[in-house]
Amino acid sequence: MKLYEKTAAELSEMLRNKECSALEILNDVNDRINDVEGKVGAYVTLNEKAAESARAVDEAIARGEELHPLAGIPIGIKDNISTKGLRTTCSSRMLENYVPPFNATVIDKVNDAGMVITGKMNMDEFAMGSSTETSYIHLTHNPHNLECVPGGSSGGSAAAVAAGEAIVTLGSDTGGSIRQPAALCGVVGMKPTYGSVSRYGLVAFASSLDQIGSFGKSVKDVAMVQSAICGYDKMDATSAYVENTDYAANLRDSVRGLKIGVPAEYFGDGIDDDAKGSVYSAIKALEANGAEIRKISLPSTEFAINTYYIIASAEASSNLARFDGVKYGYRAKDYDGLTDMYEKTRSEGFGDEVKRRIMLGTFVLSSGFYDAYYKKAKLVQRKISNEFSQAFKECDVIATPTVPASAFKIGENIGDPLKMYYSDVCTVTVNIAGLPAISLPCGKSKDGMPFGLQFIGSKFAEQTILDAAYGYEKICGGFDSLAKNL
Amino acid sequence: MKEYEIVVGLEVHAELNTESKIYCNCRNAFGLEVNTQVCPICMGMPGTLPTLNEKVVDYAIKMGHALNCKINSVCKQDRKNYFYPDLPKAYQISQAEVPLCEHGHLDIMVDGVEKSIGVTRIHIEEDAGKLLHDESFSGSLVDLNRCGVPLIEIVSEPDIRSSSEAKAYLETIKSILQYINISDCKMQEGSIRCDVNVSVREKGSTEFGTRCEMKNVNSFSAAVRGIEYEAKRQIEVLEAGGTIMQETRRWDDAKGMSFTMRTKEDAQDYRYFPEPDLRTIVVDEAHIQELKGCIPELPNAKISRYVKQHGLSQIDATLIAEDIDKSKLYDECVSLNRCKPKNISNWILADISKFTNDTGRSILETPLTAERLADLIAEVEKKTISNSAAKKVFEIIIKEDKEPAQIIEEQGLAQNSDMGFLEQLVKDVLAANEKSVTDYKNGKTNALGYIVGQCMKASKGKANPGMVKELVTKYLNE
Repeated sequence: MKLYEKTAAELSEMLRNKECSALEILNDVNDRINDVEGKVGAYVTLNEKAAESARAVDEAIARGEELHPLAGIPIGIKDNISTKGLRTTCSSRMLENYVPPFNATVIDKVNDAGMVITGKMNMDEFAMGSSTETSYIHLTHNPHNLECVPGGSSGGSAAAVAAGEAIVTLGSDTGGSIRQPAALCGVVGMKPTYGSVSRYGLVAFASSLDQIGSFGKSVKDVAMVQSAICGYDKMDATSAYVENTDYAANLRDSVRGLKIGVPAEYFGDGIDDDAKGSVYSAIKALEANGAEIRKISLPSTEFAINTYYIIASAEASSNLARFDGVKYGYRAKDYDGLTDMYEKTRSEGFGDEVKRRIMLGTFVLSSGFYDAYYKKAKLVQRKISNEFSQAFKECDVIATPTVPASAFKIGENIGDPLKMYYSDVCTVTVNIAGLPAISLPCGKSKDGMPFGLQFIGSKFAEQTILDAAYGYEKICGGFDSLAKNL
Repeated sequence: MKEYEIVVGLEVHAELNTESKIYCNCRNAFGLEVNTQVCPICMGMPGTLPTLNEKVVDYAIKMGHALNCKINSVCKQDRKNYFYPDLPKAYQISQAEVPLCEHGHLDIMVDGVEKSIGVTRIHIEEDAGKLLHDESFSGSLVDLNRCGVPLIEIVSEPDIRSSSEAKAYLETIKSILQYINISDCKMQEGSIRCDVNVSVREKGSTEFGTRCEMKNVNSFSAAVRGIEYEAKRQIEVLEAGGTIMQETRRWDDAKGMSFTMRTKEDAQDYRYFPEPDLRTIVVDEAHIQELKGCIPELPNAKISRYVKQHGLSQIDATLIAEDIDKSKLYDECVSLNRCKPKNISNWILADISKFTNDTGRSILETPLTAERLADLIAEVEKKTISNSAAKKVFEIIIKEDKEPAQIIEEQGLAQNSDMGFLEQLVKDVLAANEKSVTDYKNGKTNALGYIVGQCMKASKGKANPGMVKELVTKYLNE
């Protein structure tokens, strides 16, 4: 078995037992990148200093130093997370050559843990999209079927894990951007509670919804990364004080007595029958292992997509206004005066989907429309949150499909924004309510493409959803995340 | 021509003198090399987040207390979105719907009449950078040092009815900012700026006319000129049968004229919405009260105390109270109880004001302590030295940092008030100047001055001139 096929937890053990070195792990992953990256396209930029980091870990091991459990583990970083000295493009022409002068807080934490950053992962431009097709850089292909999308917006992060091009990766999730590609690529992906991981250095899409999370081949890997990156950060006013829990060490694999809520609204007509079937089977298996299943109702779910696109676009229109050609990033070549420079720079520097959302967001914030759209959406947001709070009085976790269908073909939905937006139907409510949720591989379509099971928890109940997920992983006898025949 | 009334509302922006900026740890300082007091946060780099400097909230609440406002213990910050090269995030974090302070008032005094001006609101916000233009460079340059400097915006009700009321309002605001020490109030550095809203209406009308907002008003005197110009312009338009268009105008102080910047149709839609990167501001009620306790005696209260308890004129009391340095020196001197308040006031408003105006120095930075000033005035009151000698002592204190008594002794400035000595002196001088005595008796009254002068000369300036004059007059009329 190749090193790149192993989980972070396994590699951590091997390093500790001196069965391999950090540099060997990195080299193995690099070989894998050389073999398959041409087909997958998960990376935007490779980190030339990765070997340096790996060597530093090996030297620390040689000195007998106490190591972080994740030391020496190769990690890929979504390209909207600022890395000092390493290009951070957000997969946009606007930032094609932008090199941040500072690290995101999560990058400092990843570095402090001694993890080895392999590079920056492809994504939908500024995290706007559900297929990674809006990337200005290049397409990313689903490792399970190269004709299909990997999902998005963190498509590169999900595909890299499924292809063995990184052991774990970081992504960001504003409306499903971790969980949806995790489901479509058959890997584990978790979006933590809003405020549990610092957003400092994450290039903002929708500030009140964005959250950094991780991908891995196992629940334990995701739990390990979450333990390393979470925690209060004084640089992020919205970050929360949480007990810095070692989620991985506390994992329990029994689902006995776990109360699982199943909301009818997530199993409606818009969800593919096989996707539903896979999730129902999973729920039955959980019940057979001692979980208690509760039928619950989240009636405002039908308004979630509209609410999400109003709030997210409103914030995006403001967050992306700074890309104006004045200070950094792309600037149009020929222009006549300031206004013309702004117009040309932004017309040329942003892709269609980004422009669509900026216009939508500008519209809903305009005087005369603010009350009807933005303010109304904030009211619905509160209603959705309240319904979740109500539901968590009856159950510990909520189980739903992560995606309405398995991965679609590249080019299939790109011309139909509304259809594309619908891929987030099962995931956006979680961001609207600021909750933690995890997506797990859950059966396959007739064509062999993965479906996802989503566990949603109450605020800061990361341990609860990780435990449920770990229990489910045990029932499944482990996940088969790595793509075959690549 | 009909009789018109001017209606003015003012928006004052004051930079706060906190150590660091409002949303990052950069130094809040003026006049340093361009783009050195900056960091990724105040430069609006992608991925950065603001964190609120809570001192800014405290400072704004103090101003709220000083202007008798209701303090909103729970309020948000909002984004004001617009594109400009000096605004790196392309939005300014400000407060829209709910300001930190609102519903206050400020009492001003114009021509001896007190008037209350409503204060609509005070909110906190961040300043923008500055565009620079250089002959050697064809485009514009930007200095981001000022980005994130904390500001409060103080918005008045349209209660102001003349340029002199506007001036009084602005000067009172400025002195309060200085008294509670939250702003440097350096006009030339732009630490106070104001936007002026002007409309006119027929006298007696209760409806407001259409207002024009004037920007780029950089001094209080420019505000006076701008208001007068704008009111005159609007009256002329109305008299000619025209109507006033709501617009934003730019005041050009050099030309003494205002020009259209943008009309109502071009008005920007700032698309305010709650700043998602910051938490709701929640201030503890006890803390709000604690800040109230930090407010010192403000100028209005001082003026009334000076007039009622010290017998100063309204004008003198105002001139001292409006200037924090002068009032500090005055209050300290009075509290020493060594000389009369009226004499202290005279000294501060005459010699000391002349000195500060001439030299541009603050009196608090010179060796003239309250102790020394009180001693100096006491010597004059005791007639130990003459007024002119006192001026000399004052100059030496400033230059040489010495005690008044020491200077009087070293310079031999003490005057002789001994009656026996003075009588002998006068007798001797009269005997030596018989011609002048005769002249005086023949009606040439100016001979008196000559004789007094001779007495002073004979005493080498030491004789008490008041007493000498009295004695000379007495003997001449015998």
